[in-house]
Amino acid sequence: MSAVLAQIVQIFLVVALAPLITGWVRKVKSRLQGRIGASPLQPYRDIYRLLQKEAVVAHSASWVFRAAPYVTFSAVWLAAAVIPTFTTNLLLAPAADLIALVALLGLARFWTALAGMDVGTAFGGMGASREMMIASLAEPAMLMVSFSLSLISGTTSPTQIIAFILGGGVGIEVSMGLALAALIMVAIAENGRIPIDNPATHLELTMVHEAMVLEYSGRHLALMEGAAMVRLTLFMALIGGIFAPWGMAVPSPEMSGANVLAEMVGLAAFLAKCFVLATALAVFETMIAKMRVFRYADFLGGALLLGLLATIFLYVSEAV
Amino acid sequence: MGAISQSSYEMAHLIGAAVLMAGFQLLYQRRLSAVLNTFAFQALALAAAAGWQAHIQNAPHLYITAGLALVFKAMIVPFALHWLVERLGIHKTVETAMSIGWTMIAGVALVGLSILLVLPVTANATALTRESLALAMSVVLLGLLMMITRHNAVTQVVGFMALENGLILAAVSAKGMPLVVEISIAFSVLVAMTLFGIFFFRIRERFDTLDLQNLDTFRGDRQ
Amino acid sequence: MMAHLFQLPGFDNPLLWILGVPLGSAGFLAVLKDWRVATWVNVAAAVITFVSSLLLLDNRPAPTRLLFIDDFNVYLVVLTSFVGLTTAVFSAAYIARETEAARLSDLHLRFYHSMYQAFLFTMLLALTANNTGVMWVSVEAATLTTVLMVSLYRTREAIEAAWKYFILCSVGIGLALFGTILVYLAAQPVMGDGADAMAWTLMIGRAHDFQPDLLNLAFVFVLVGYGTKVGLAPLHSWLPDAHAEGPTPISAVLSGLLLNVALYALLRFKMLISANGHALTPGPLLIMMGLSSLFMAAFMLYRRGDIKRLFAYSSIEHMGVITFAFGMGGPLANFAGLLHMTMHSLTKSGIFFAVGIISQNAGTKRIADIRGLTSSHPVLGWGFVIAVLAIAGLPPMGVFMSEFLVVTSTFARQPLLAIPLALGLLLAFGALVSRLQMMAFGEPGKVISGHGDASTLSSILALTPLWVHMLLVLVAGLYLPRELVSWFQSVARILG
Repeated sequence: MSAVLAQIVQIFLVVALAPLITGWVRKVKSRLQGRIGASPLQPYRDIYRLLQKEAVVAHSASWVFRAAPYVTFSAVWLAAAVIPTFTTNLLLAPAADLIALVALLGLARFWTALAGMDVGTAFGGMGASREMMIASLAEPAMLMVSFSLSLISGTTSPTQIIAFILGGGVGIEVSMGLALAALIMVAIAENGRIPIDNPATHLELTMVHEAMVLEYSGRHLALMEGAAMVRLTLFMALIGGIFAPWGMAVPSPEMSGANVLAEMVGLAAFLAKCFVLATALAVFETMIAKMRVFRYADFLGGALLLGLLATIFLYVSEAV
Repeated sequence: MGAISQSSYEMAHLIGAAVLMAGFQLLYQRRLSAVLNTFAFQALALAAAAGWQAHIQNAPHLYITAGLALVFKAMIVPFALHWLVERLGIHKTVETAMSIGWTMIAGVALVGLSILLVLPVTANATALTRESLALAMSVVLLGLLMMITRHNAVTQVVGFMALENGLILAAVSAKGMPLVVEISIAFSVLVAMTLFGIFFFRIRERFDTLDLQNLDTFRGDRQ
Repeated sequence: MMAHLFQLPGFDNPLLWILGVPLGSAGFLAVLKDWRVATWVNVAAAVITFVSSLLLLDNRPAPTRLLFIDDFNVYLVVLTSFVGLTTAVFSAAYIARETEAARLSDLHLRFYHSMYQAFLFTMLLALTANNTGVMWVSVEAATLTTVLMVSLYRTREAIEAAWKYFILCSVGIGLALFGTILVYLAAQPVMGDGADAMAWTLMIGRAHDFQPDLLNLAFVFVLVGYGTKVGLAPLHSWLPDAHAEGPTPISAVLSGLLLNVALYALLRFKMLISANGHALTPGPLLIMMGLSSLFMAAFMLYRRGDIKRLFAYSSIEHMGVITFAFGMGGPLANFAGLLHMTMHSLTKSGIFFAVGIISQNAGTKRIADIRGLTSSHPVLGWGFVIAVLAIAGLPPMGVFMSEFLVVTSTFARQPLLAIPLALGLLLAFGALVSRLQMMAFGEPGKVISGHGDASTLSSILALTPLWVHMLLVLVAGLYLPRELVSWFQSVARILG
């Protein structure tokens, strides 16, 4: 499969797969909570339903409110499209960069927050300010993780990092373990999962992400929900790809025939990793309670410090 | 004892990093029972580290150390401390001298300090790689930090035990160190535990709380 | 390797008696019910230990990986067993009077005697250990045996003192262990795995090949760790309370003996690091800590209201002077340091003997309430006066001789340092003499006669050790035997 084709497949793959992953997480959670729960395909139906409905917009809303869902979804979709999922041979791979990834996610978050404040409701502003507080700690943490990964492999491109790891460039490193822990904590914060934010809550005062999208309906809401699902898939691809890259296809120019097989294997591996991570997320969310807002700083500060430690430890091991 | 492969060392470092992470987690907790459970986890990681070292150094006596760490520090000590906390009715939140955020930052600074101190040591000339030494020293310093920043006697005791965990980590990672040191460490844990228990009862008899700030009203210096 | 390590001395080896008798009697005393018999068993065991240590002077066994005797520790072993003996005698009389005042129960007394012998065992093991790990174990065990004794009276102050003592010394000991492990790590590439790399006699020969960075790191940890046990400022805060709160015989051996043992351990490591040219010179560190201890203690002496705390600070002061002397290095300063260690042990334990009787008679430990000792108890009072004047550094007592040697050797080598040294010594002198004046002279205060009919034998027994010590200190101040001088000189040379 050529790079162009692989890229096109990836672009549609992430969007197609995201609702299934979210549905699977909800299903497992329901089971663990003693309910039967909706089918994992329910999110598809939800999105379809929302797309059919009329988008109601408040009088006080500006163009920001209308544009935000599109910008958010595009940014997240773009980020997800360039992270290697089943193969490293993507057309846009050279443009992908961990720091650019952070920037894209930041862009998405920025527009969401603006939309939350745009309509002038109290909850929107509250959600926006909480989201920004979380971001102020989560982004540096993610950057520290990127630094340590870059120091190990000598590049910031996730494609090349994964190729480096697959090529045996790094064994079991303490810094990798610490970076993994930090990245997981950041992923929880970015995606608004328990213990940072409960995605299923209906109590506005406990909301962070949901509060910002309270005013949306119809296709706008579909896009916002979709962005959240794609973001979850993105982080799973990132964690699974960098820290457990086995199975991913690293195509070499000569053997084009075997490449397709490798990519099938890569696809299967990717699905398996997403399945495992989604189940783990569901179990984790069921075990832990949401933490109070004033403890966010401790939690994310911990992630930041873990990232810092991951970087520092590289200097004492012989890896740098 | 033959040469030890690089990946064996890496595994040892990973387990050591788990001990260190548990040390940070100890500083992070706000509830006393969480502190005791985290300490049990740290002792468990330590037992794993000792067991792994026993395997790669081909030193069977280290299995005894691993067993002692597992039974004493991961099971008996946390259980006994839980029981003491119940029996004496000790207040269940952790009282800190510095906020948790600053404590964590101080912890990272101490880890950085350990790494700085260890950097000049050349890699090949020691029985212990630089990384193991940095890890062990960090755990010791974090235990010390915990003792300094906690008011409650129970959490101070846990900090002291965390310090000892760091010492045992250093001792097992040193290739070929004789058993004497390990027995002595285990022995001191045993006696320390007994003493602490006696003290808790005595302090409880005399004062109503284990908050050591109350203990300080009699500072012999003022006489 | 194990067989190498655990070679025990045979029956003709004095070391067996020196170590075995205290250990055995500790066990025996734990089960002996009658406290009167226990006091005598205690004394008897101490006599046997002392005689064996004297035998050690002639008959030095060959070093093993576990134990060894060289010039440095042989005299410390003799000193320790001697002071252990005199304190046991004093303890016999003191305990009799405490029991009559109903302050200690039978169970407590059994525990006390057993721990006393166990404590002596641990100290002697620490002094004779070749393996640095065994040395560490012994110092730790010494701390543990005394912690429980400090809290023997179960008062609020005693418990606080014991807790502080335990926590601070355990942290110190933990850091010292880390230093010990680091020394092993430095030694291991040069000397191979196993007990060889922990045997001091073997390490000292190869120390110049050890990695200097590891040695530096190790020494810092050892200095902080064992330095806490020596009572060097700023790690001293456990000392005044711990030395003041236990029964007086315990205060005597803590001040007189345990501080020496901790300093001995520190000096052994100092010798290791001095043997390596590329590592840091330990001298300035020791000088700094010694001077700060001296000054801190000298100032604190002025405001003490409790008699035992007063002399505990005096111990800090003197250990500061000794550390300073060893930090200066060179034959004269080392000689002075060794002499001062001996003199301080004898004098300080003598002072605590006197203080014990004084506080029993007066029923209080507060200086303000103790008056006119020379009038009310002449023998005790004058003994106390002599002892305090000795510890303050007045000629012709031995302490003056050693302090004088320290000051002159410092003046010869680093005149600027001699000024704060002399100043500190003078400050301490002033404080002690002014306190002494308050207590010894003037109108007698009230005397508690709640000690029943303590027999004259026990009164004599209580005072004899004090006078014996003072006699020795006086003799040493006037005339040091030739053998002793040459012995100290050879040790001074080893110390570098």
